[in-house]
Amino acid sequence: MQRESKNPIRWYGKGIPYLHDIEYKGKLIVIEGPDSSGRSSQISLLTTKLEADGHAVLNTGLKRSELIGEGILEAKRNVSLGRKTMALFYAADFADQLEQKIIPALEAGYIVIADRYIFTLMARNTVRGIPRKWSHDLYGFALVPDLIYYLKVDSYTLVHRVFEKNSSLDYYESGADMGLSDDMFESFILYQQKIAREFQTMQKTYGLVAIDGDKSVEDVNLDLKKRIDVALRSRK
Amino acid sequence: MVVLQLKNKRLPIPGKLIVVEGIDGSGKSTQIRLLEKWLRYNGHHVFLTEWNSSEVVKDITSKGKKKAKLTPTTFSLLHATDFADRYERNIFPLLRAGYFVLADRYIYTAYARDGTRGCNPDWVRKVYNFAVKPDITFYFRTPIDIAIERILSGRPQLKYYEAGMDLNLSKDMYDSYRIFQGRIIEQYESMVKSEGFTIIDATLDIEEQQNMMREKITPLLSKKPQTQTITMKNNENAKRK
Repeated sequence: MQRESKNPIRWYGKGIPYLHDIEYKGKLIVIEGPDSSGRSSQISLLTTKLEADGHAVLNTGLKRSELIGEGILEAKRNVSLGRKTMALFYAADFADQLEQKIIPALEAGYIVIADRYIFTLMARNTVRGIPRKWSHDLYGFALVPDLIYYLKVDSYTLVHRVFEKNSSLDYYESGADMGLSDDMFESFILYQQKIAREFQTMQKTYGLVAIDGDKSVEDVNLDLKKRIDVALRSRK
Repeated sequence: MVVLQLKNKRLPIPGKLIVVEGIDGSGKSTQIRLLEKWLRYNGHHVFLTEWNSSEVVKDITSKGKKKAKLTPTTFSLLHATDFADRYERNIFPLLRAGYFVLADRYIYTAYARDGTRGCNPDWVRKVYNFAVKPDITFYFRTPIDIAIERILSGRPQLKYYEAGMDLNLSKDMYDSYRIFQGRIIEQYESMVKSEGFTIIDATLDIEEQQNMMREKITPLLSKKPQTQTITMKNNENAKRK
């Protein structure tokens, strides 16, 4: 007879030794994708649906830790910070959220929806010349999510979506710190293509499920809902 | 000469990296400052860097540190961020420029403290594997009673993390401090061989210790350095030997 299933915790690397005995009954769902790929719309739709189905849902994202979320915004303005320094800052912020928010919520049985996870952080590192192996090892303390979706959007579609919301391109999302091109538009396209290639590599390594994000919000949502429904039911 | 290999590019590192390690109160800071004066007096370019001292990182973390309790993993990563900032902006460029870089604590402090706090030792070493190995690491071996007496006579108020209070070793801050320091000594001692520490008996007179250090450093001033190639991977393996 199968009782209510609890997952023993799984890590990408050696994990966090003082949390090794933990088991949890919640689910960790990760939605990855670049800015303007529709992540937040999808997450809010999914949250509403899952809550309507009676699940307790917690939303988390990058740069949201109490500890240094604000500090990271400051650090981004400080252009003199090195790349490893920034990479470690993001890792500290992520670690804080993982231990203070994500893991406790999973233990309490929540469905945690993460608005991006280590994959965005690793992709940013790699395109900036930091060895993949180092980033992978760095995030050896990260929990393996139950489901990982990646909203894949063509970089030209993406740039138009950005312009629908803002009249300018974000400095870092355009890779402007990398000296790819003096032309901000070209820099954005080149940078997003590099990031997309990195995600393609990670799809295989980390089991990311690619979702066609070029489609409408409704279609993407149907696609996601169906997949999550199936996944939640099959794991019970 | 130490050479850092990155993506088939070999970068010569003509500078010298001298590190002091040991528990609080071992006298290492006094010693490295004397060393700094001596090197400067002899016309060398010198840069001294201290653990956990990056202004930028401090500004950013100070707010959070007050309100939030840091988990060992976060604590470790914030120190790694501080180190990376000093490494990327000062230590490494200065070594490339031929400076004597003197470090009051280096990666071994992270190995010792984070290991004691319960982080996976192998993980900590991987996080720091971008850092070049020092030319000399002086380890100040100190009986715990002497170190604690030195610390408590000069600065009776202990800080929360400094005393290892986050480890729940004891409710009494001074007891906790003693146990915590004892564990850090164990960690250091376990690294003496594998990391090639040069041991300084920290109970000797200040002058005596300083003379031993200068004697050790003198060959670096004149002798032609050996060629050594460091890649990120080899560096890590070398440490695990």
